[in-house]
Amino acid sequence: MNFPISTSSTAGLLLAGLFGLIFGVLLHKGRVSDYNVIVNLFRFRDFTVLKIMLTAILVGGIGVGLMMSADMLEGWHIKEMNVLGVILGGVLFGIGMVLYGYCPGTGVAAIATGSIHALVGFLGMIVGGVLYAITYGWVKSSILSVGALGKVRLSTATGIPDPVWWVALVAISLVLFRALNRRESAAR
Amino acid sequence: MRIREYLCVMQNSPSCKLGTCCILQSKSWNPFLVGAGMGVLSWAVFLVVNNPLGMSTEISKFSGWFASLFVGVEKVTANDYWSGTKPSFSYHTIFLIATAAGALLSSTLSGTFTFEKIPAVWAAHQGKSVAKRMIVSFVGGVVILYGARMAGGCTSGHGISGTLQLAVSSWVFFIAMFASGIVTAAIVFRNRNANV
Repeated sequence: MNFPISTSSTAGLLLAGLFGLIFGVLLHKGRVSDYNVIVNLFRFRDFTVLKIMLTAILVGGIGVGLMMSADMLEGWHIKEMNVLGVILGGVLFGIGMVLYGYCPGTGVAAIATGSIHALVGFLGMIVGGVLYAITYGWVKSSILSVGALGKVRLSTATGIPDPVWWVALVAISLVLFRALNRRESAAR
Repeated sequence: MRIREYLCVMQNSPSCKLGTCCILQSKSWNPFLVGAGMGVLSWAVFLVVNNPLGMSTEISKFSGWFASLFVGVEKVTANDYWSGTKPSFSYHTIFLIATAAGALLSSTLSGTFTFEKIPAVWAAHQGKSVAKRMIVSFVGGVVILYGARMAGGCTSGHGISGTLQLAVSSWVFFIAMFASGIVTAAIVFRNRNANV
Protein backbone atom coordinates (compact mmCIF):
# COMPACT_ATOMS: atom_id res chain seq x y z
CA MET A 1 0.00 0.00 0.00
CA ASN A 2 1.22 3.46 -0.86
CA PHE A 3 1.48 6.00 1.93
CA PRO A 4 0.23 8.56 2.61
CA ILE A 5 -3.42 7.73 2.07
CA SER A 6 -5.50 10.72 0.98
CA THR A 7 -7.60 12.05 3.85
CA SER A 8 -10.51 12.58 1.49
CA SER A 9 -10.56 8.95 0.27
CA THR A 10 -12.88 6.38 1.85
CA ALA A 11 -9.91 4.68 3.48
CA GLY A 12 -8.75 8.04 4.84
CA LEU A 13 -12.16 8.76 6.34
CA LEU A 14 -12.30 5.31 7.95
CA LEU A 15 -8.84 5.87 9.38
CA ALA A 16 -10.03 9.19 10.83
CA GLY A 17 -12.61 7.18 12.75
CA LEU A 18 -10.02 4.68 13.96
CA PHE A 19 -7.44 7.28 14.96
CA GLY A 20 -10.05 9.44 16.68
CA LEU A 21 -11.41 6.45 18.57
CA ILE A 22 -7.93 5.57 19.84
CA PHE A 23 -7.26 9.21 20.74
CA GLY A 24 -10.52 9.43 22.69
CA VAL A 25 -9.83 6.23 24.61
CA LEU A 26 -6.30 7.43 25.43
CA LEU A 27 -7.58 10.82 26.64
CA HIS A 28 -10.08 9.18 28.95
CA LYS A 29 -7.76 6.45 30.24
CA GLY A 30 -5.12 9.11 30.82
CA ARG A 31 -7.72 10.93 32.98
CA VAL A 32 -7.17 14.17 31.09
CA SER A 33 -10.89 14.30 30.26
CA ASP A 34 -11.27 15.08 34.00
CA TYR A 35 -11.51 18.79 34.85
CA ASN A 36 -9.80 18.29 38.21
CA VAL A 37 -6.76 16.61 36.68
CA ILE A 38 -6.30 19.44 34.17
CA VAL A 39 -6.59 22.37 36.59
CA ASN A 40 -4.49 20.60 39.23
CA LEU A 41 -1.57 20.63 36.80
CA PHE A 42 -1.52 24.42 36.97
CA ARG A 43 -1.70 24.19 40.78
CA PHE A 44 1.25 21.76 40.91
CA ARG A 45 -0.92 19.10 42.51
CA ASP A 46 -1.28 16.58 39.71
CA PHE A 47 1.31 16.08 37.00
CA THR A 48 -0.59 13.53 34.93
CA VAL A 49 -0.98 15.96 32.01
CA LEU A 50 2.73 16.78 31.96
CA LYS A 51 3.74 13.11 32.14
CA ILE A 52 1.45 12.22 29.24
CA MET A 53 2.48 15.16 27.09
CA LEU A 54 6.22 14.79 27.60
CA THR A 55 6.10 11.04 26.96
CA ALA A 56 4.00 11.62 23.82
CA ILE A 57 6.49 14.23 22.63
CA LEU A 58 9.53 12.01 23.26
CA VAL A 59 8.11 8.79 21.82
CA GLY A 60 6.31 10.57 18.98
CA GLY A 61 9.11 12.97 18.15
CA ILE A 62 11.97 10.48 18.09
CA GLY A 63 9.89 8.10 15.96
CA VAL A 64 8.76 10.78 13.54
CA GLY A 65 12.30 12.17 13.40
CA LEU A 66 13.71 8.74 12.51
CA MET A 67 11.03 8.18 9.86
CA MET A 68 11.83 11.62 8.50
CA SER A 69 15.53 10.87 8.18
CA ALA A 70 14.70 7.52 6.57
CA ASP A 71 12.76 9.50 3.95
CA MET A 72 9.49 7.78 4.82
CA LEU A 73 7.49 10.98 5.33
CA GLU A 74 6.26 13.71 3.00
CA GLY A 75 7.67 16.53 5.11
CA TRP A 76 7.31 18.51 8.30
CA HIS A 77 4.10 20.22 9.37
CA ILE A 78 5.50 23.23 11.18
CA LYS A 79 3.23 26.05 12.34
CA GLU A 80 4.21 29.64 11.66
CA MET A 81 6.28 31.35 14.33
CA ASN A 82 4.62 34.75 14.67
CA VAL A 83 6.26 35.95 17.86
CA LEU A 84 3.42 38.17 19.11
CA GLY A 85 0.60 35.93 17.88
CA VAL A 86 2.02 32.73 19.37
CA ILE A 87 2.83 34.32 22.74
CA LEU A 88 -0.43 36.27 23.05
CA GLY A 89 -2.42 33.27 21.74
CA GLY A 90 -0.62 31.01 24.22
CA VAL A 91 -1.37 33.37 27.10
CA LEU A 92 -5.07 33.54 26.15
CA PHE A 93 -5.06 29.76 25.76
CA GLY A 94 -3.67 29.28 29.27
CA ILE A 95 -6.34 31.58 30.76
CA GLY A 96 -9.06 29.80 28.80
CA MET A 97 -7.76 26.37 29.73
CA VAL A 98 -8.02 27.10 33.46
CA LEU A 99 -11.44 28.79 33.20
CA TYR A 100 -12.86 26.07 30.93
CA GLY A 101 -10.92 23.32 32.68
CA TYR A 102 -10.18 21.53 29.43
CA CYS A 103 -8.40 22.12 26.18
CA PRO A 104 -10.24 21.73 22.87
CA GLY A 105 -9.44 18.02 22.49
CA THR A 106 -9.99 16.99 26.10
CA GLY A 107 -13.17 19.12 26.16
CA VAL A 108 -14.60 17.08 23.29
CA ALA A 109 -13.68 13.89 25.14
CA ALA A 110 -15.11 15.22 28.42
CA ILE A 111 -18.50 15.94 26.84
CA ALA A 112 -18.68 12.26 25.96
CA THR A 113 -17.94 11.28 29.56
CA GLY A 114 -20.96 13.28 30.74
CA SER A 115 -19.48 16.68 31.60
CA ILE A 116 -22.26 19.25 31.11
CA HIS A 117 -19.99 22.23 31.69
CA ALA A 118 -17.62 20.88 29.03
CA LEU A 119 -20.53 21.01 26.59
CA VAL A 120 -21.35 24.59 27.57
CA GLY A 121 -17.70 25.52 27.11
CA PHE A 122 -17.73 23.81 23.71
CA LEU A 123 -20.48 26.22 22.66
CA GLY A 124 -18.19 28.97 23.95
CA MET A 125 -15.41 27.61 21.72
CA ILE A 126 -17.72 27.82 18.71
CA VAL A 127 -18.42 31.46 19.57
CA GLY A 128 -14.67 32.03 20.07
CA GLY A 129 -14.09 30.74 16.54
CA VAL A 130 -16.74 33.12 15.19
CA LEU A 131 -15.12 36.06 17.02
CA TYR A 132 -11.75 35.10 15.60
CA ALA A 133 -13.09 34.97 12.05
CA ILE A 134 -14.76 38.37 12.51
CA THR A 135 -11.59 39.98 13.88
CA TYR A 136 -9.22 38.03 11.61
CA GLY A 137 -8.45 40.98 9.34
CA TRP A 138 -7.26 43.03 12.27
CA VAL A 139 -5.40 40.14 13.94
CA LYS A 140 -3.63 39.33 10.70
CA SER A 141 -2.42 42.86 10.05
CA SER A 142 -1.64 43.99 13.61
CA ILE A 143 -0.70 40.82 15.52
CA LEU A 144 0.33 37.97 13.24
CA SER A 145 2.62 40.30 11.30
CA VAL A 146 4.70 41.17 14.38
CA GLY A 147 7.81 39.03 14.46
CA ALA A 148 6.70 36.73 11.64
CA LEU A 149 9.63 34.33 11.37
CA GLY A 150 7.94 31.66 9.26
CA LYS A 151 7.96 27.89 9.78
CA VAL A 152 11.11 27.53 11.83
CA ARG A 153 12.38 24.51 13.70
CA LEU A 154 14.65 24.60 16.75
CA SER A 155 17.55 23.11 14.79
CA THR A 156 17.35 25.66 11.97
CA ALA A 157 16.86 28.56 14.38
CA THR A 158 19.79 27.67 16.63
CA GLY A 159 22.11 25.58 14.49
CA ILE A 160 21.97 22.82 17.11
CA PRO A 161 21.01 19.56 15.33
CA ASP A 162 17.92 17.50 16.19
CA PRO A 163 19.70 14.60 17.97
CA VAL A 164 21.22 17.01 20.49
CA TRP A 165 17.76 18.44 21.23
CA TRP A 166 16.42 14.93 21.75
CA VAL A 167 19.20 13.90 24.08
CA ALA A 168 18.62 17.08 26.10
CA LEU A 169 14.84 16.62 26.15
CA VAL A 170 15.10 12.98 27.22
CA ALA A 171 17.57 13.91 29.98
CA ILE A 172 15.42 16.79 31.25
CA SER A 173 12.28 14.62 31.19
CA LEU A 174 13.93 11.77 33.08
CA VAL A 175 15.18 14.12 35.79
CA LEU A 176 11.74 15.72 35.98
CA PHE A 177 9.87 12.40 36.11
CA ARG A 178 12.16 11.20 38.88
CA ALA A 179 11.59 14.37 40.89
CA LEU A 180 7.82 14.11 40.37
CA ASN A 181 7.76 10.48 41.47
CA ARG A 182 9.69 11.36 44.61
CA ARG A 183 7.37 14.24 45.35
CA GLU A 184 4.30 12.05 44.82
CA SER A 185 5.54 9.23 47.03
CA ALA A 186 6.48 11.77 49.71
CA ALA A 187 2.96 13.22 49.58
CA ARG A 188 1.39 9.79 50.04
CA MET B 1 -24.07 -3.87 31.52
CA ARG B 2 -24.64 -5.93 28.42
CA ILE B 3 -22.41 -3.94 26.08
CA ARG B 4 -19.68 -4.12 28.69
CA GLU B 5 -19.82 -7.87 28.94
CA TYR B 6 -20.09 -8.27 25.20
CA LEU B 7 -17.01 -6.23 24.46
CA CYS B 8 -14.93 -7.70 27.20
CA VAL B 9 -15.90 -11.33 27.05
CA MET B 10 -12.96 -12.26 24.87
CA GLN B 11 -10.46 -10.91 27.29
CA ASN B 12 -12.00 -12.57 30.27
CA SER B 13 -10.96 -16.03 31.27
CA PRO B 14 -13.45 -17.82 33.56
CA SER B 15 -11.25 -17.28 36.59
CA CYS B 16 -10.99 -13.58 35.95
CA LYS B 17 -13.34 -11.02 37.42
CA LEU B 18 -14.75 -8.26 35.27
CA GLY B 19 -12.72 -5.11 35.60
CA THR B 20 -9.40 -6.76 36.12
CA CYS B 21 -8.88 -8.39 32.74
CA CYS B 22 -10.45 -6.09 30.24
CA ILE B 23 -8.02 -3.26 29.75
CA LEU B 24 -10.81 -1.03 28.52
CA GLN B 25 -12.65 -1.52 31.79
CA SER B 26 -9.98 -0.08 34.00
CA LYS B 27 -10.64 3.47 35.13
CA SER B 28 -7.24 4.73 34.10
CA TRP B 29 -3.96 3.64 32.61
CA ASN B 30 -0.45 4.57 33.57
CA PRO B 31 0.17 8.11 32.24
CA PHE B 32 3.49 7.13 30.68
CA LEU B 33 1.74 4.32 28.82
CA VAL B 34 -0.96 6.72 27.62
CA GLY B 35 1.71 9.20 26.52
CA ALA B 36 3.59 6.48 24.66
CA GLY B 37 0.31 5.49 23.03
CA MET B 38 -0.19 9.05 21.80
CA GLY B 39 3.38 9.05 20.54
CA VAL B 40 2.78 5.89 18.52
CA LEU B 41 -0.51 7.35 17.28
CA SER B 42 1.51 10.33 16.07
CA TRP B 43 3.78 8.02 14.07
CA ALA B 44 0.70 6.54 12.46
CA VAL B 45 -0.92 9.84 11.53
CA PHE B 46 2.31 11.16 10.03
CA LEU B 47 3.09 8.00 8.11
CA VAL B 48 -0.34 6.82 7.04
CA VAL B 49 -2.29 10.02 6.34
CA ASN B 50 0.44 12.69 6.54
CA ASN B 51 -1.80 14.71 8.83
CA PRO B 52 -0.78 15.48 12.43
CA LEU B 53 -3.23 15.32 15.37
CA GLY B 54 -5.17 18.53 15.89
CA MET B 55 -8.53 19.68 17.14
CA SER B 56 -9.01 23.46 17.23
CA THR B 57 -9.00 23.99 13.44
CA GLU B 58 -11.94 21.64 13.20
CA ILE B 59 -13.81 23.44 15.98
CA SER B 60 -13.38 26.75 14.14
CA LYS B 61 -14.97 25.02 11.13
CA PHE B 62 -17.93 24.27 13.39
CA SER B 63 -17.94 28.02 14.07
CA GLY B 64 -18.16 28.66 10.34
CA TRP B 65 -21.06 26.27 10.04
CA PHE B 66 -22.75 27.91 13.04
CA ALA B 67 -22.26 31.40 11.56
CA SER B 68 -23.65 30.25 8.21
CA LEU B 69 -26.98 29.53 9.92
CA PHE B 70 -27.30 33.26 10.60
CA VAL B 71 -25.54 35.03 7.76
CA GLY B 72 -25.60 32.38 5.03
CA VAL B 73 -22.87 30.21 3.52
CA GLU B 74 -21.73 32.86 1.03
CA LYS B 75 -20.80 35.39 3.67
CA VAL B 76 -18.95 32.74 5.63
CA THR B 77 -16.88 31.52 2.70
CA ALA B 78 -16.20 35.16 1.77
CA ASN B 79 -14.63 35.69 5.20
CA ASP B 80 -10.87 35.94 5.03
CA TYR B 81 -10.34 33.35 7.75
CA TRP B 82 -12.91 30.76 6.77
CA SER B 83 -11.91 30.93 3.11
CA GLY B 84 -8.70 29.25 4.25
CA THR B 85 -10.42 26.70 6.47
CA LYS B 86 -13.67 25.99 4.63
CA PRO B 87 -16.40 24.43 6.76
CA SER B 88 -16.85 20.92 5.39
CA PHE B 89 -17.55 17.41 6.56
CA SER B 90 -14.07 16.01 6.34
CA TYR B 91 -11.40 13.76 7.83
CA HIS B 92 -11.12 16.10 10.80
CA THR B 93 -14.86 16.16 11.44
CA ILE B 94 -14.86 12.38 11.67
CA PHE B 95 -11.75 12.51 13.84
CA LEU B 96 -13.48 14.88 16.29
CA ILE B 97 -16.65 12.78 16.48
CA ALA B 98 -14.60 9.60 16.85
CA THR B 99 -12.60 11.17 19.69
CA ALA B 100 -15.87 11.74 21.53
CA ALA B 101 -16.96 8.19 20.68
CA GLY B 102 -13.70 6.80 22.06
CA ALA B 103 -14.11 8.70 25.32
CA LEU B 104 -17.75 7.58 25.54
CA LEU B 105 -16.75 3.96 24.98
CA SER B 106 -13.95 4.16 27.53
CA SER B 107 -16.01 5.90 30.21
CA THR B 108 -18.99 3.59 29.71
CA LEU B 109 -16.86 0.45 29.92
CA SER B 110 -15.05 1.66 33.00
CA GLY B 111 -18.28 2.81 34.62
CA THR B 112 -17.02 6.36 35.13
CA PHE B 113 -19.59 8.05 32.88
CA THR B 114 -21.35 10.63 35.08
CA PHE B 115 -23.24 13.82 34.36
CA GLU B 116 -21.04 16.46 35.93
CA LYS B 117 -22.20 20.04 36.40
CA ILE B 118 -19.70 21.22 38.99
CA PRO B 119 -16.32 19.55 39.38
CA ALA B 120 -14.88 19.07 42.89
CA VAL B 121 -11.98 21.51 42.69
CA TRP B 122 -14.20 24.27 41.28
CA ALA B 123 -16.84 23.68 44.00
CA ALA B 124 -14.25 23.91 46.77
CA HIS B 125 -13.01 27.30 45.57
CA GLN B 126 -15.90 28.92 43.74
CA GLY B 127 -18.98 27.42 45.35
CA LYS B 128 -21.85 25.34 44.08
CA SER B 129 -23.64 27.78 41.81
CA VAL B 130 -24.34 25.95 38.56
CA ALA B 131 -24.96 29.22 36.68
CA LYS B 132 -21.58 30.61 37.72
CA ARG B 133 -19.74 27.46 36.64
CA MET B 134 -21.54 27.40 33.28
CA ILE B 135 -20.85 31.08 32.57
CA VAL B 136 -17.16 30.76 33.40
CA SER B 137 -16.93 27.56 31.35
CA PHE B 138 -18.53 29.33 28.39
CA VAL B 139 -16.22 32.34 28.68
CA GLY B 140 -13.25 29.99 29.06
CA GLY B 141 -14.31 28.24 25.86
CA VAL B 142 -14.48 31.55 23.98
CA VAL B 143 -11.03 32.61 25.22
CA ILE B 144 -9.33 29.26 24.65
CA LEU B 145 -10.42 28.91 21.05
CA TYR B 146 -9.64 32.52 20.24
CA GLY B 147 -6.16 32.00 21.68
CA ALA B 148 -5.72 28.70 19.87
CA ARG B 149 -6.55 30.27 16.53
CA MET B 150 -4.29 33.23 17.12
CA ALA B 151 -1.40 30.95 18.05
CA GLY B 152 -2.24 28.54 15.22
CA GLY B 153 -2.98 25.45 17.30
CA CYS B 154 -4.05 23.93 20.60
CA THR B 155 -2.71 21.34 23.02
CA SER B 156 -2.92 18.71 20.28
CA GLY B 157 -1.76 20.71 17.26
CA HIS B 158 0.94 22.72 19.01
CA GLY B 159 1.36 20.91 22.33
CA ILE B 160 1.93 17.43 20.93
CA SER B 161 2.16 17.48 17.12
CA GLY B 162 4.19 20.69 16.92
CA THR B 163 6.55 20.20 19.83
CA LEU B 164 7.42 16.66 18.67
CA GLN B 165 8.62 18.16 15.38
CA LEU B 166 10.75 20.57 17.39
CA ALA B 167 8.86 23.56 16.00
CA VAL B 168 9.90 26.87 17.57
CA SER B 169 6.31 28.19 17.56
CA SER B 170 5.00 25.12 19.41
CA TRP B 171 7.58 25.23 22.20
CA VAL B 172 6.99 28.96 22.69
CA PHE B 173 3.23 28.30 22.77
CA PHE B 174 3.72 25.49 25.30
CA ILE B 175 5.69 27.74 27.66
CA ALA B 176 3.36 30.77 27.27
CA MET B 177 0.29 28.60 27.86
CA PHE B 178 1.83 27.05 30.95
CA ALA B 179 2.90 30.35 32.49
CA SER B 180 -0.47 32.03 32.00
CA GLY B 181 -2.31 28.94 33.22
CA ILE B 182 -0.32 28.96 36.47
CA VAL B 183 -1.16 32.63 37.10
CA THR B 184 -4.84 32.12 36.24
CA ALA B 185 -5.09 29.06 38.48
CA ALA B 186 -3.54 30.97 41.39
CA ILE B 187 -6.33 33.54 41.06
CA VAL B 188 -9.25 31.16 40.44
CA PHE B 189 -8.27 28.62 43.09
CA ARG B 190 -7.20 30.97 45.87
CA ASN B 191 -9.39 29.66 48.71
CA ARG B 192 -6.82 28.61 51.30
CA ASN B 193 -9.39 26.78 53.38
CA ALA B 194 -10.35 24.50 50.52
CA ASN B 195 -9.33 20.89 51.04
CA VAL B 196 -8.82 20.17 47.34
